[in-house]
Amino acid sequence: MANIKGIIEDAKNDKQFANDRMRWASNCKGFILFLFRLVIIVGICYVILGPVIGIISSSFFSDADSYNPMVYMIPQEPTLYRYELASKYLDYAKSMASSLVYAATLMIIQVFICSMVGYGFARYQFPGKNILFACVVIMIVIPTNTIMLPLYMTFAKFDVFGIINLIKGSSVNLLSTPVPMYIMTIFGCGLRSGLYIYIFNQFFRGLPKEIEEAAFVDGAGTLYTYFRIMLVNALPSAVTVAIFSMVWQYNDTFYAKLFLISDSIVISKKISTITATISTLEKILDPAILQLFLDAGIVLVMIPIVIIYVLLQKQFIEGVERSGIVG
Amino acid sequence: MNSKKKKMSLSEKRSRTGFLFVLPWLVGFIWFYARSLFMSVQFSLSNLTVSPGGGYSLDFVGLDNFLYAFRAHATYKQVLTTSVGNMLIDVPLITFFSLFMAILLNRKFKGRTLVRAIFFLPVILNSEAIVDAMDLARNMMSGGLSNASAEMAQASSGGMGIAYYMQMFGSLGIPESLIEYLMGAVARVSDIINASGVQIIIFIAALQSVPGSMYEVAKIEGATTYETFWKVTFPMVMPHIITNIVYTVVDSFTQSDVVGLAYKTAFTESNYGLSSVFSLCSTAITCLILVIVCGFIQKRTFYYN
Repeated sequence: MANIKGIIEDAKNDKQFANDRMRWASNCKGFILFLFRLVIIVGICYVILGPVIGIISSSFFSDADSYNPMVYMIPQEPTLYRYELASKYLDYAKSMASSLVYAATLMIIQVFICSMVGYGFARYQFPGKNILFACVVIMIVIPTNTIMLPLYMTFAKFDVFGIINLIKGSSVNLLSTPVPMYIMTIFGCGLRSGLYIYIFNQFFRGLPKEIEEAAFVDGAGTLYTYFRIMLVNALPSAVTVAIFSMVWQYNDTFYAKLFLISDSIVISKKISTITATISTLEKILDPAILQLFLDAGIVLVMIPIVIIYVLLQKQFIEGVERSGIVG
Repeated sequence: MNSKKKKMSLSEKRSRTGFLFVLPWLVGFIWFYARSLFMSVQFSLSNLTVSPGGGYSLDFVGLDNFLYAFRAHATYKQVLTTSVGNMLIDVPLITFFSLFMAILLNRKFKGRTLVRAIFFLPVILNSEAIVDAMDLARNMMSGGLSNASAEMAQASSGGMGIAYYMQMFGSLGIPESLIEYLMGAVARVSDIINASGVQIIIFIAALQSVPGSMYEVAKIEGATTYETFWKVTFPMVMPHIITNIVYTVVDSFTQSDVVGLAYKTAFTESNYGLSSVFSLCSTAITCLILVIVCGFIQKRTFYYN
């Protein structure tokens, strides 16, 4: 009895043993935490990727596969028929090209205008600046849906102080062309321009003033300083804004619907009608089969943005982290 | 002209240049936003008839449209309350979920870039058609195309249904309303994950801007991880919670049913006055929520700088 007590006493005093035990316990704790993290991250990644995988796999299903309850994820008789028809009715190459041109030109205008306005707010003092910046915040907070009706009216009877009326005799109807979108973007009111102005403003405020002072002392003018020095320095946030604006513009259906922009220019609008088109022209009535065509069409539409995102992903996330959004 | 220019002081010159930089936006703001808001209010107070030439005429009817929307319209009140209710449920969930995920993703581990890229994917793929198709695909992932509905029926009739769990937790003495809230949260987990891409990135950026010396001090003073989170991490990211809440509220409002109803009223039923009322009221409510929530949090926010 005394012997056992002695052994326990020894074990309690044994520093080596206590050390080992603690290390073991902390290793265990670390491992459990690691496992916990792994499970959560993998699970959430699955929730996000699951439907994407589902769409991709079902776009290869043939009719027989989709009626066969034994087929899950991997089609028995894979077919490219869905892609053939989908790309035919989407008029893929042409619509995609015009859609990308539309989004890219708007993106360039966005980056240019928003960086300019953000720079003006960040670096210069002028009367009423705070009130005007509050207006930028209002622009972010107020959803565009509130003003959709007046915008529609404005562009249906487009006129600038009666000038166009004077020249042509009547006001122009700009709807069903992409012109309204370009006009709004040039005047800094495009799709989520408020957010981009905010991002650029935050970024320029973080740059040291000495850069501009040095440029000024060396005799650079305002525009030269802005284009050659500030804009080059703002590259991280420019990349962020560029990707945001490109992707959102590409995906946008709200403005496209509001301004009745033709769906051969905005492919994301065309994709929403593809099932109806195929069902009337190809006489396919089963909604489950039509869904497969939609899946193929969506894969086709997703490809370019996913490529852009994968290529610029690293700069993009770093850009968001280093620049802008965080005040 | 030249002599006048010379008289301007440097600061005056600079203020003029700054104003020129902002000018394009200011013109756009007045032209498209301020004017449109004014027009919206005008429409909502009058009866709008489109004349054949493409123009329109307004008959002032006072508050009739408002009264109609709230007293007589069949669905508006219901749609509005559901939308606002969903928003109030979603916002705290999204905020805390994204903070949690940001902390998880902020640690260094293998494949971190890949995971971050995946988390941001929903923001990239947020087109309307894609989102709808994804919802459908999510249901189908549980089986082949044709047995999707059969499988769903099976899951809900099983012995371990949701009702069973609700009863179990209920008998543990957890209040009913809390269980329902959590059940709702679990049911919309994929919505929440998909809606929190931008918020996660904002929080990650916020976490990285916390100076490392603060954590060192906390460690030396003997704080546990739990205490470090509440005393260091949380106060430091507090300012960004407001940013995230604003983003989430606006985002969820833009995608809510109220907007769809306003769109439908205007463009398929051609009732422009009523549509303006819908838009204005829901915007006013959103702004009110934003002001209340932000004011409430701002008081408790700690600003480091």
